[in-house]
Amino acid sequence: MKRSPFTPLRPLSPGVRVALGIAFFVAFVALWAQATYGGWVRPLFLASPGSAVVAGVTLFTEYGFAFDIAVTIWRVVGGFIVAAVIAVPLGIAMGAFKPVEAFFEPFISFARYLPASAFIPLLILWAGIGETQKLAVIFIGSFFQLVLMVAVIVGATRIDLVEAAYTLGARPSGIVRRVMLPNAAPQIAETLRLVLGWAWTYVIVAELIGAQTGIGHMIMDSQRLLDTGQMIFGIVTIGVIGLVTDLLFKEANRRLFPWFQAS
Amino acid sequence: MSKLAIRGVTRVFPGVRGRAPVKALEPIDLDVADNDFICILGPSGCGKSTLLRIVAGLAEPSAGEVRLDGRAISGPGPDRGMVFQSYTLFPWLTVRGNICFGLNEKGLSKAEQRARADEFIGRVGLTGFEDHFPRQLSGGMQQRTALARALATDPELLLLDEPFGALDNQTRALMQELLLGIWEAHRKTVLFVTHDIDEAIFLATRVVVMSARPGRIKCDIPIALDHPRRYTVKTTPEFAAYKARLTDEIRDEAIRAIALEA
Ligand SMILES: Nc1ncnc2c1ncn2[C@@H]1O[C@H](COP(=O)(O)OP(=O)(O)OP(=O)(O)O)[C@@H](O)[C@H]1O
Ligand SMILES: [Mg+2]
Repeated sequence: MKRSPFTPLRPLSPGVRVALGIAFFVAFVALWAQATYGGWVRPLFLASPGSAVVAGVTLFTEYGFAFDIAVTIWRVVGGFIVAAVIAVPLGIAMGAFKPVEAFFEPFISFARYLPASAFIPLLILWAGIGETQKLAVIFIGSFFQLVLMVAVIVGATRIDLVEAAYTLGARPSGIVRRVMLPNAAPQIAETLRLVLGWAWTYVIVAELIGAQTGIGHMIMDSQRLLDTGQMIFGIVTIGVIGLVTDLLFKEANRRLFPWFQAS
Repeated sequence: MSKLAIRGVTRVFPGVRGRAPVKALEPIDLDVADNDFICILGPSGCGKSTLLRIVAGLAEPSAGEVRLDGRAISGPGPDRGMVFQSYTLFPWLTVRGNICFGLNEKGLSKAEQRARADEFIGRVGLTGFEDHFPRQLSGGMQQRTALARALATDPELLLLDEPFGALDNQTRALMQELLLGIWEAHRKTVLFVTHDIDEAIFLATRVVVMSARPGRIKCDIPIALDHPRRYTVKTTPEFAAYKARLTDEIRDEAIRAIALEA
């Protein structure tokens, strides 16, 4: 029987997969070029691909855009690492020990709905417009989500694996260390990847308000000059960095956890 | 004194959503001698797993007690190795890693763990698959690894809960021979749960038949077939006689069990 490629869940060869992925980028840029060069949209509102690239070159050569990129990356990574270093152990403790969960879970569930961007005015009041405030926005945005997701993952450890470990002589500390942790590790890594993506949106918001550096600040500046080329180049830069970190994260997970069959 | 003594063990599960509580086990009394191979035979839902879990220390009896070598059991421990009805290999560990798990808890050095793991991998016929992860193994290979994992820590008592239940007939028959061979060579005390009559007769020195829920011991039949047993024993008249008798005993219970579910 010859099966159509639209058979549900039928796998695709890697070559076709990459080709299809690239095809959409090409189609997207083509549409963009048509809209701008073809005169559908005025340059004031949307720069053409060509002028976006030119604007990008100017950004790097004349405005030190590389420094802005470095600053933004440092803010995301810094805030995210601080959040992860506290959130992952706390999430593990909550997932493994019910009293810990009962104590923290209600508050964290509440705190998770507090929008990080709404804290920016308050944080500026408390911490000024320096780096602390930027890191704090990322922290608030990612910490509570991370804790809850890690707790759910660890709490979902298969009970029969835990029981098997008990019959092999494991003690409670061994259950956490040798069963729950390795079992949850690949999913925790996936969660970190996901939440890091969200952290990128928070950093840009933080940089739109009260910042002197960073990609978000550059976009804000360009708006004053009505330079849509620079704005678009800034946005695309964020997308590219996001895509690259995502790929690196995925590849690292694949290598670290060969036993884990991602669904 | 018997190796394992089960005294008046009962188990009642609380009723779900206002229903009446489920009585899974009536008072059970059972004595197991050293090196006995006991098969517990009973229809589905009669409380076989419940009883085994109580012996393993993974569940508490509602009343009664279990003693191993005279000491009351109060929780799970490495003196009672268990192979579960479901596949319970640690998916992040290789075959060797899984078998080393309990050895590590025992405090063996890395080199000792490895040597002992490889010995048991050989015993269950998995040499060459040491570095495979569970998801790269067939069901039969996974259960053989689980068996090696339970045996490697040298438990006093081996508890097996329908370990071959999910396997096809041919693989199942080979696994029975493998297990019997290991038992004949190394003599362990074994409690083996099954609902397969042939499996019970072939493996056991004693078959304990349980009634439909609430489970109680209906009869206790010693199997006087010679050791070492080969698969050909399954076609002998003695085997057929045991089978006729056990089929009678279990048939009534199976009918009752189905009536219970309806
Ligand atoms: N956690 C539980 N809560 C409530 N009832 C339970 C629980 N575990 C088991 N039971 C009930 O106890 C009875 C015995 O269950 P058990 O799993 O011991 O049966 P079994 O003999 O192992 O069956 P099978 O051969 O199908 O594995 C069943 O009727 C089941 O519904
Ligand atoms: Mg069962």
